[in-house]
Amino acid sequence: MEKQEIIISSQHVSKSFGKQLVLNDITLEIFSGEIFGLLGPSGAGKTTLVKQLIGLDLPTGGENYIFQTRMPSLSIVERIGYMAQSDALYEELSAKENLEFFASLYGLTRKQRQNRIREVMEIVELSDHLHKLVSNYSGGMKRRLSLAIALLHEPELLILDEPTVGIDPVLRKSIWESFYELKKKGITIIVTTHVMDEAEKCDRLGMIRDGQLIAVGTPAELKNKTNSSTIEEAFLVYGGAES
Amino acid sequence: MRIAALVIRILRQFIRDKRTMALMIVAPILVLTMLNLVFNGDDYEPKIGLVNVPEQIHSKLNLENATISDYQTNKHAKEDLVDKKLDGYVVFEQQSPYVFLEGSDPGVNGAVMKWVQAAFKPLQKNAPPTELDVNYLHGSSDMGQFDYFGPVLLGFFVFFFVFLIAGVSFLRERTTGTLERLLSSPLRRWEIVIGYIGGFGIFTILQAGIIVSFAIYVLHMLMEGAFGYVLLITLLLSLTALTLGIFLSSFANNELQMIQFIPIVAIPQIFFSGLFNLETISEWVSWIGPFTPLYYAADALRDVMVRGYGWKDIYLDLLVLTGFSALFIILNIFALKKYRKI
Repeated sequence: MEKQEIIISSQHVSKSFGKQLVLNDITLEIFSGEIFGLLGPSGAGKTTLVKQLIGLDLPTGGENYIFQTRMPSLSIVERIGYMAQSDALYEELSAKENLEFFASLYGLTRKQRQNRIREVMEIVELSDHLHKLVSNYSGGMKRRLSLAIALLHEPELLILDEPTVGIDPVLRKSIWESFYELKKKGITIIVTTHVMDEAEKCDRLGMIRDGQLIAVGTPAELKNKTNSSTIEEAFLVYGGAES
Repeated sequence: MRIAALVIRILRQFIRDKRTMALMIVAPILVLTMLNLVFNGDDYEPKIGLVNVPEQIHSKLNLENATISDYQTNKHAKEDLVDKKLDGYVVFEQQSPYVFLEGSDPGVNGAVMKWVQAAFKPLQKNAPPTELDVNYLHGSSDMGQFDYFGPVLLGFFVFFFVFLIAGVSFLRERTTGTLERLLSSPLRRWEIVIGYIGGFGIFTILQAGIIVSFAIYVLHMLMEGAFGYVLLITLLLSLTALTLGIFLSSFANNELQMIQFIPIVAIPQIFFSGLFNLETISEWVSWIGPFTPLYYAADALRDVMVRGYGWKDIYLDLLVLTGFSALFIILNIFALKKYRKI
């Protein structure tokens, strides 16, 4: 993993809403082709950081660079696939109509659209439900459709905010397998999660608590340094040392 | 116990949502006040012209409760009538007077006729009652109140529904997170606004077409002018409703709060758009009229449907409506900055 190209670089990023400090001086580098997990409890600031990376939010201090370009930048946004915490689907439309709509936003031609829709629906195993109305989808299916939409325009960087919430273990495994497939193609993936065992599956982890980045490293490194057997224990050690 | 807990929870929610609470009290007060102002307004004082009235008759007439102008010729009086400076005029020819009315507002027609009868009473003391000959510039004695109110109501309902539906659907976009998703794509902010206008624009052409056709062909609303103009006016009006609805939706957190805009934004327009004669509404509120889009749409609709006018009489109204839309579009593009800075 070392000596890789830096894809994302956050430099002393802070964010405050009024007096409340949500992100506190975060400096972080993410390399090309890795699966980077942002681990932390809800309210730690994961979503805020991720929104800044996609350009939906601005830091009150510091800068974020993606592909060596300072965010927000509309030309960079085209190279990122983003999946928000909420499913953000048009329930009154069918899955296909949703996919077609978002594919068109990224300027895919009719032919590209058809091919990509078929491909991404295979990845998330929803090919049989292409023509169903989204309002008839289950929570897990919606989540997977959201993921499919994020993959549509073949982004080089995927930013996924809690991608596996509400998805059963079998499907979660298959989704992670698709992440590894994407990684093989050289795609960089950032995943936020509050599930400790999911964190083990990432190449590297960033632990966030109360807006601070308390540790960065591979799951093995983090466990070794703290003499822990699980990521959860490691998190407790880093979190405890901080307070 | 569970019920009590529920009641307390609901009360707490109300207390948190100060806005809904305020609205539930303020809105009825507001609407009642408006109705009061409108219906307890002054009696309408007609503007009447007298043409060629012989001196000895003029001195005998009872000229109270009207604004009187004297004319030498029929032509000048008619010109002022067309310009709405007069509501009607009385012409004396060979002892038999006749009345000429502007005629588009049955309420005003009635006021003029009532005044004329009162004015001529002193004359009739020593003469047999003379039959008055009545002519109309627009409309006729068959014209009902609905024909006059119709165009305004037509405009209002188009405005109301487009406003509400556009507002709520944009609000949904925000609350379901799809707006965020749109903004995480390369879509520009102005593209979102224009996209909405396009989508709704097409829908409202259909909507306006159906409503206008229904009003004219089913309800037999008076229709003197061209159908195309009526469509154009309703389309421009719905565009202002759409852009205003989207803009205001950014100040609502849920559908209920969107509905709260109805008594604040939609209903008042109906009072100040000419449904009721603005001259009889207290002066301290009648100035609101020119600030409401419906005021211009209603004027244009009435010009076309009741008076049968064409382009040169309505283009100013259409221009103002377009201006309202342009203003709201720009405000929308800025309002979206809240969600993405570029």
